[in-house]
Amino acid sequence: MNVMTPYHSELRVRRDGFTQLLRAEWTKFRTVRGWLVGMAVAMLLIVGLGALTGANSECGIQLGPNSPSLACPAPPTGPGGEWVTDSFYFVRQPLAGNGSITVRVTSLTGLYSTSGGFASDQNPTAGMTPGVQPWSKAGIIVKASTRRGTAYAAMMVTGSHGVRMQWNFTHDVAGLTGKASAASPRWLRLTRSGDTITGYDSADGAHWTRVGIATLVGLPSTAQAGLFAASPGYSVTSRSFGGSSSTGGPTLAIAAFDQVGRQGTWPASRWTGEAIQGAFDKALPVSAQGFTQTAGRFTVSGSGDIAPATDSIDVIRHTLAGTFAGLIAVVVIGVMFVTAEYRRGMIRTTFTASPRRGRVLAAKAIVLAAVTFAVGLVATAVTIPLGEHLLHGNGNPIPPVTALTWLQVVAGTAALLAVSAVLGLAVGTLLRRSAGAITAVIVAIVLPYLLAVTPGILPAGVEQWLVRVTPAAAFAVQQSIQHYPQVTQDYTPGNGYFPLAPWAGFAVLCAWAALALTFAVFLLRRRDV
Amino acid sequence: MEATIEVTGLRKRFGPALALDGMTFTVAPGQVTGFVGPNGAGKSTTMRIILGLDAADAGTATVGGRPYASLRHPLSQVGSLLDAGALQPSRSARNHLLWLAHSQGLGARRADEVIEQAGLRSAARRKAGGYSLGMRQRLGIAAALLGDPPVLMFDEPFNGMDPEGIVWMRGFLRSLAAEGRAVLVSSHLMSELQDTADHLVVIGRGRVIADASVAALIAAASADRVTVRTPARDEAMTVLARAGAEPAATARDVITVSGLTPERVVKLLSDNSVPFAELSAHRASLEEAYMELTRDAVEFRAEVTP
Repeated sequence: MNVMTPYHSELRVRRDGFTQLLRAEWTKFRTVRGWLVGMAVAMLLIVGLGALTGANSECGIQLGPNSPSLACPAPPTGPGGEWVTDSFYFVRQPLAGNGSITVRVTSLTGLYSTSGGFASDQNPTAGMTPGVQPWSKAGIIVKASTRRGTAYAAMMVTGSHGVRMQWNFTHDVAGLTGKASAASPRWLRLTRSGDTITGYDSADGAHWTRVGIATLVGLPSTAQAGLFAASPGYSVTSRSFGGSSSTGGPTLAIAAFDQVGRQGTWPASRWTGEAIQGAFDKALPVSAQGFTQTAGRFTVSGSGDIAPATDSIDVIRHTLAGTFAGLIAVVVIGVMFVTAEYRRGMIRTTFTASPRRGRVLAAKAIVLAAVTFAVGLVATAVTIPLGEHLLHGNGNPIPPVTALTWLQVVAGTAALLAVSAVLGLAVGTLLRRSAGAITAVIVAIVLPYLLAVTPGILPAGVEQWLVRVTPAAAFAVQQSIQHYPQVTQDYTPGNGYFPLAPWAGFAVLCAWAALALTFAVFLLRRRDV
Repeated sequence: MEATIEVTGLRKRFGPALALDGMTFTVAPGQVTGFVGPNGAGKSTTMRIILGLDAADAGTATVGGRPYASLRHPLSQVGSLLDAGALQPSRSARNHLLWLAHSQGLGARRADEVIEQAGLRSAARRKAGGYSLGMRQRLGIAAALLGDPPVLMFDEPFNGMDPEGIVWMRGFLRSLAAEGRAVLVSSHLMSELQDTADHLVVIGRGRVIADASVAALIAAASADRVTVRTPARDEAMTVLARAGAEPAATARDVITVSGLTPERVVKLLSDNSVPFAELSAHRASLEEAYMELTRDAVEFRAEVTP
């Protein structure tokens, strides 16, 4: 054997680090044109389907047979900036400065139609069945003005949710439980002190309990105060394969009051009755509403609701209808990012260059997530304004959304896409085959999502369950409308309501991705490649 | 630690098949070590275990005294080419080398250097999927050289190469060894290594059969035979047999002698005045030596062994 000096390289090698691995994986990603094209396709699918949805959803009303079609009107906006329903019968007097109003409610009944709708404008309640809605409400209210959407605070009895204090549409605090009746009446009191309104309730008029304190910013010194009654629309949703249909219509609440007590300055000499109502509110005609006053006893009949609007479409989510298609594209890329290496054995080159396999997978996941997140961010940030612009042009009112909600939907959708791609990467690593992994991930995310948001395919309970436990739960990040327990509504995924909070739903997807990644790293370390 | 590959007692079982059965050898720097054996003898498996891709059931494999998995910039310590097709067809050769370079903290300039070294400059920006097997081998060589490592390991690098490529490859392997690198080259054909390897590790059925220099191996295999053409055949046989040889008559006037050097045969015949017309010495080729060694170790013969 010849003895030689062993070879020494002149090459200067930099310090070992994870950033090198990230850089290598990024180089891998950007040098396969198919993946860049795939990302562009994902973006185009989201933007394109969003634009298509916007272009095809028209909303218009015709006031008469020959009148031109007008854009659908937007509901009034509450003090918090959200869309509200503000429709009730108001028996009022001005209250100048501080003061209070006390009342005893002895009954709350109602009328509704089992067949939906109402008979005629002349006699709207003809043929209606007696019965009160769970959220029919009557009581006392202090409101900035009679204009719809202005600030208010109210104490009320309800059809089946006991006494409540509610203010500014979104706030709801429970008081005494049980129904109001002659045998078991409910005493209610509102006290104004500056911007602060305090609500009390009592079962006997002697022992009072504070229910809540509302701060109504900018409440004018002279507010409108008095009695009110309202009853939200009733609806029964029936499901059939491929869709659901609702039967329902406006309802009436009839409340009996006595023992009306007032403190403070009430400059008017008598009570004024007025139906607060918009032209398109789901309420009975004004002729069905009203009040009577005899010997200190009042009967108030009102229709409509004082509540946040929950029946408008989730416009933002609507514009992002193409998310699931873009998601399929990024999942395919996520899977291929690793299975393409297995297909030709390049994974051996990869692990020869970087023997620590867990770190390789981590670098792949980070690069993939970063690219997908950026693509998702651009796609959603373009699609939402574009879709809204088209929807608005087609007569659809665009609901106001806070910057935080907007950010939640945009960043959330981008994160949903990014983590879905990483789930694809992890499953691709586990199965080492493209077709199987792509199918598995799409069945896990897109299928449950489509099943849950298309009404009538599955029972409602299963729909809710699907968007709770499967990775599809993460679509909750796209929900820009809020669930209010004090409003009866068909809170289903199909209507844009997810059972989990946005970030809780996203956490479900993350948990799945983390589980798949952990399992993938475990197998990577054990398997020969 | 000296830059070598050390393999000690490797055992590996794939299901019922025992792929490696106590594989042990060392690769020294400054020479080309041929790693030969019939198909299925365990060459690739051994190489995969050295690179930490497969886990051995028993035994150790180290590079420069350390297991491969513990190396931080492995490509600057071992360059390897196991499978020339192990790349993504849609990526260009240069980009393939670029991501590898980035993974080692090296830059694009180093990638361009090895492209040049492997003679791939004109094709570097083409998709690797369109490469011939020979060009892929060159690309694999370029990847192996990326970290300028003191140890190199190539699995069947001559596969798919045209005659010109084979000549280039031989010179290339020799020049790498001449720089002081340890070079391990596997092949199932001894002829490919005949003029390239300095040292041979011959394996069969998962274990080392011979581990020796090329010269020693040939000498051991070709116990010299001498062929003598003589009109006095019987006389010559008597003389040679008396001297302790084992002459055999192979034709009417030809005998073959083994156990004696040609010089000794000439002297014996001359001393005893036995006429002879022609005398030729025969040396075994490396190929024959190899066939001899691996005769019992060939896995895939016509008859099926249980």
